[in-house]
Amino acid sequence: MDIVTMLSLIVSSTLVYSAPLIFAALGGVYSENSGIVNIGLEGIMTIGAFSSVVFNLTFASTFGSLTPWLGVLVGGIAGLLLSILHAVATINFRADHVISGTVLNLLAPPLGVFLIKAIYDKGQTENVSANFGYFSFPILAKIPVIGPIFFKDTSAPAWCGIILAIILWWVLYKTRLGLRLRSSGENPQAADTLGVNVNKMRYIGVLTSGLLAGIGGGIFAQAISGNFSVSTIVGQGFMALAAVIFGKWNPIGAMLSSLFFGLAQSLSIIGNQLPVIAKIPTVYVQIAPYVITIVVLVIFFGKSVAPAADGVNYIKSK
Amino acid sequence: MIQVNARVKRILVPVVSVLAGFLIGAIIMLIWSYNPLTAYGSMFTSALGNMNGLGETLREATPLIFTAIGFAIASAAGFFNIGLPGQAQAGWLTSIWIVLANPTMPKAILLPLAVIAGAVSGAIVAGIAGVLRAYFGTNEVITTIMLNYIVLYSCQYLMQKVMSDHLRIDTDTTKTISRNGSLHLDWLSNVFGSSRISAGIFLAIIAALIYWFLMRKTTLGFEIKAVGLNPDASRYAGISTKKNIIVSMLLSGGFAGLGGVVLGLGTYQNYFTQTTSLDIGWDGLSVALLGSSTAGGIVLAAFLFSILKIGGLGMQTIAGVPYEIVSIVIAAIIFFVAINYIIGKLFKTKANSALSTSSSVKVNKADGSISGKEPQ
Repeated sequence: MDIVTMLSLIVSSTLVYSAPLIFAALGGVYSENSGIVNIGLEGIMTIGAFSSVVFNLTFASTFGSLTPWLGVLVGGIAGLLLSILHAVATINFRADHVISGTVLNLLAPPLGVFLIKAIYDKGQTENVSANFGYFSFPILAKIPVIGPIFFKDTSAPAWCGIILAIILWWVLYKTRLGLRLRSSGENPQAADTLGVNVNKMRYIGVLTSGLLAGIGGGIFAQAISGNFSVSTIVGQGFMALAAVIFGKWNPIGAMLSSLFFGLAQSLSIIGNQLPVIAKIPTVYVQIAPYVITIVVLVIFFGKSVAPAADGVNYIKSK
Repeated sequence: MIQVNARVKRILVPVVSVLAGFLIGAIIMLIWSYNPLTAYGSMFTSALGNMNGLGETLREATPLIFTAIGFAIASAAGFFNIGLPGQAQAGWLTSIWIVLANPTMPKAILLPLAVIAGAVSGAIVAGIAGVLRAYFGTNEVITTIMLNYIVLYSCQYLMQKVMSDHLRIDTDTTKTISRNGSLHLDWLSNVFGSSRISAGIFLAIIAALIYWFLMRKTTLGFEIKAVGLNPDASRYAGISTKKNIIVSMLLSGGFAGLGGVVLGLGTYQNYFTQTTSLDIGWDGLSVALLGSSTAGGIVLAAFLFSILKIGGLGMQTIAGVPYEIVSIVIAAIIFFVAINYIIGKLFKTKANSALSTSSSVKVNKADGSISGKEPQ
């Protein structure tokens, strides 16, 4: 295997595995910057995966090659709806963020499987016929060396995610909305005093995370797993959560760490085709993202980097 | 709004949460045109209606009591131990491995050794998160989640690559353990219609008593609670927060590890490769939350969830309702427990009679009619 082929294999599979993580992690970034911890990303991704698969199976013949993209949107909307539970519980009903997030994780897999059984009368769905497949950029793919590695037979959702990360970074740090969102997560009392509607900002944060994590789940289901069962989403949501922290609660950082975790995930799958990696026991590649997250948390920062009021319920004083 | 005293309210909130959870389950069943009455009826009769069902329900509750105690201890110290699945898994694999590796050791040594080793391995996994929290301020929610996956993949690796061939049937399943290391009791199993109930249930009840004693009657329990309520004040009072963080996480992981031990040495009698986080970890978390982290509450909640989980199997066969409704009901119950602030608003806590003398007569009268006790 020559070097260009090898690199293009690594890059394209990295992008494929990163795409769901990028979207879910970007959602996590928005939720946590607004002050709501969302460990329910896993559950939201599960519901996103479930609804996009059901949509895909039902409408593949109607929409043809557009189906997976529409399916992703459906997944996003389903994720958004599920995240309303988390938003209402944490913002209005003063629930503990971790417990409420855990409820989403407890609820989503059985709910998905229950509905699959109720609709299809079996425990998992058929494989979707219209999946994402590979995508080649029209002109860019022709560039020598760089073209085949980055732009030929690659993952279109991943590139969308990378562009979205830049946009969301701009929104978070360069616009009034972003400033208000961050101030609700840093110091809700001060933000409230200045006339920022803290609850509204936190709703925006949580619902964005629901939409994006749902999209992430939809991408995973239609680009990687191909169907929905109870074990479709196992740990991707938690890995996205790790990417949020590893990326220091910054959209660009979360996107880059998602790419890194995507690389780690893809190495455990394509590793046996690569020279040096094939000799390393799979377990080290598998646990690498998790170990690295812990190590990074310990060495580079303790508790000071997260938004100051992340996970703290804001109770308006009279 | 119903007026009740504080103690009754503490009991009413979980009860209302349970009822609301069942109601959500019923609504979902109605939407998909299943009959909720038949479903819940078949659930309770198959979990409690015969000795085998009752035995299986108690068997199911056994590990949950341990993992719930594990969650509750960390929670008392102010930590969220979401690493219960990993800690239980470590305990399960360790205890099974020790029993398999020492087939000739006498039962009096082997069984305690395996049980303790399982607890220790769970404690080590949780202890990592405790040490990192104590010395580096690392958020334990994140580290314990990450540790779940590290343990999950490490156990796969240990099973497939490290364990010697003569201890296992294939790369995913170990051999069945010898009677020397088993918690299985013939007489107990026979009483309960040859179900898989084991001596683990006695260990679980002892554990609940120890937990009650630890938190209510010992200095250590007091210090753990103090650190959880106010770390700064505890430090000012001369309580070492670092020590208590680590000790509470070690105890928490130890109990979670024991949950894995009773699952292995009691229920399954072997270990087989896991592809997702262990259920008993997440269920233990739910049990502790519903049982408000009290010893009695945990035992009751574990029993209730086990009725759901074992009865759910019967419900699937008899009423044709997918088993998953059980997990939906459990998740819904925990959701209502999480929003207890709102549920609590349904019940107005009565004014303390010592503070409001003008209304004391009325309070006393109403109080007597509900609980039959004098208000404190």
